[in-house]
Amino acid sequence: MAEEYIYAVARIKTRELTLLTQQDIDRLMACKTPAECLRALADKGWDTGGKTAEAVLAAETEKTWALMHELTPDLSPFHVLLYPTDFNNLKAAIKCAVTGAAPHNVFMAGGTVPVQTIQAAVRQNDFSALPDFMAKPAAEAMQVLLRTRDGQRCDTILDRACLTAIRTAGRESQNPLIDGFAELKVAVSDIKIAARARHTGKNRAFLTESLAPCDTLDLDALSEAALKNEQALYEYLSRTDYADGVEPLKAGASAFEKWSDNRQTALVKTIGRQDYFTVAPLLGYVIARQNEIAAVRIILSGKLNGLSDERIRARLREM
Amino acid sequence: MENFDINSLGIALALLGAALAALMAGIGSAIGVGMTGQAAAGVVTENPSMFGKVLILLLLPGTQGIYGLLIAFLTLANIGILGGSGDVSFAQGLLYLAACLPMAFVGLVSAKQQAKAAVASISLVAKRPDQFGKAMIIPAMVETYAVLALLISLLAVANIGSIAI
Repeated sequence: MAEEYIYAVARIKTRELTLLTQQDIDRLMACKTPAECLRALADKGWDTGGKTAEAVLAAETEKTWALMHELTPDLSPFHVLLYPTDFNNLKAAIKCAVTGAAPHNVFMAGGTVPVQTIQAAVRQNDFSALPDFMAKPAAEAMQVLLRTRDGQRCDTILDRACLTAIRTAGRESQNPLIDGFAELKVAVSDIKIAARARHTGKNRAFLTESLAPCDTLDLDALSEAALKNEQALYEYLSRTDYADGVEPLKAGASAFEKWSDNRQTALVKTIGRQDYFTVAPLLGYVIARQNEIAAVRIILSGKLNGLSDERIRARLREM
Repeated sequence: MENFDINSLGIALALLGAALAALMAGIGSAIGVGMTGQAAAGVVTENPSMFGKVLILLLLPGTQGIYGLLIAFLTLANIGILGGSGDVSFAQGLLYLAACLPMAFVGLVSAKQQAKAAVASISLVAKRPDQFGKAMIIPAMVETYAVLALLISLLAVANIGSIAI
């Protein structure tokens, strides 16, 4: 019910004032060292006291999710953001189990399924404890890896399952922002897969196994174009909703990644920030926080590695 | 049933009108203030200094309930329930009922719609406190229609007594 989010949305609208602005990013860029950046972030209310840069970013992510837990007991609208974490953990668990490697810093916290549940399911080769959208692809990926030792195919199966789960969650949400976000996420991933397949000379079977269905791309036409040549791929994309992504795609993976993140930000601004009654502003806030944390990470690592301001700015997304 | 006088229903119909005006406009305001109250609490949680500004917006959807009460009170006074003859014909009862309906229905709907506009305005003020004036005007526009309904109900209820039917 819409009324459930009125209090939460009002809090989030007030919190949006504390998000980093372009001026804040410029100020961070003007800092000479990562330590100076951290001091500037402390002025903006970030908890930086005696922590490493990575710890600061992790703490900010944790703070965002703690706020969401406080505002709404039901985090299902956020699953579109959390499924990649689940499938990353599933991949790691399967690979560790099959190769016998000890898991070390491979699991990520904050998914919808506890890491222990995933590990136990993989260890026992019984995936019934996992949600349906994970159980079947997990069993399939495990079998493929055991039989062929082909880690890439295992990843392909799980990546496609992840995208399918995101698209399904988007449709089921009946919320324009969640649906639009899920569609964009899946479509952008499909374009990246098709472009990569083109560069590495993959065959039709790979594309069929990798591409996840979405509403704004015709997968047969996309596969056909990717198998033909780069020009055909660009021509097909120029006839879709993603025509403005063709130039960034030509420029390279990094430019395309930046374009897709900017498009995601534009989607949040268009839908999420005009809404006062649904969960959309909360999702928009989480995405905005993820963007600013990513921007701070780019600046801090750029400063740490002595990159020029120009190169750092080229990687920064629109705020 | 042989001695049943249809005019005895007049006061019941008039009372039904008064009850509807108070009830429906009151329900609308309760829902509306509930919604704006949640939004105001959300803003004040993050920024307590905004309390004064959001309080005015919070109260806006409450006016319909007061208008409904006013119409109900005037009707009760006119039909003699608060003292007087209580002599209301069937036709007059129907007229009182009809006179109360604008306030009842417009009160219910406008309070809920005004609450939605006020919730959006509370968020606007939270993000841009300097825009308080504009934020006030937006939900106040909805009030226009509640005031028009109040005017019609008020004029009708006040003048029904002078009609000889």
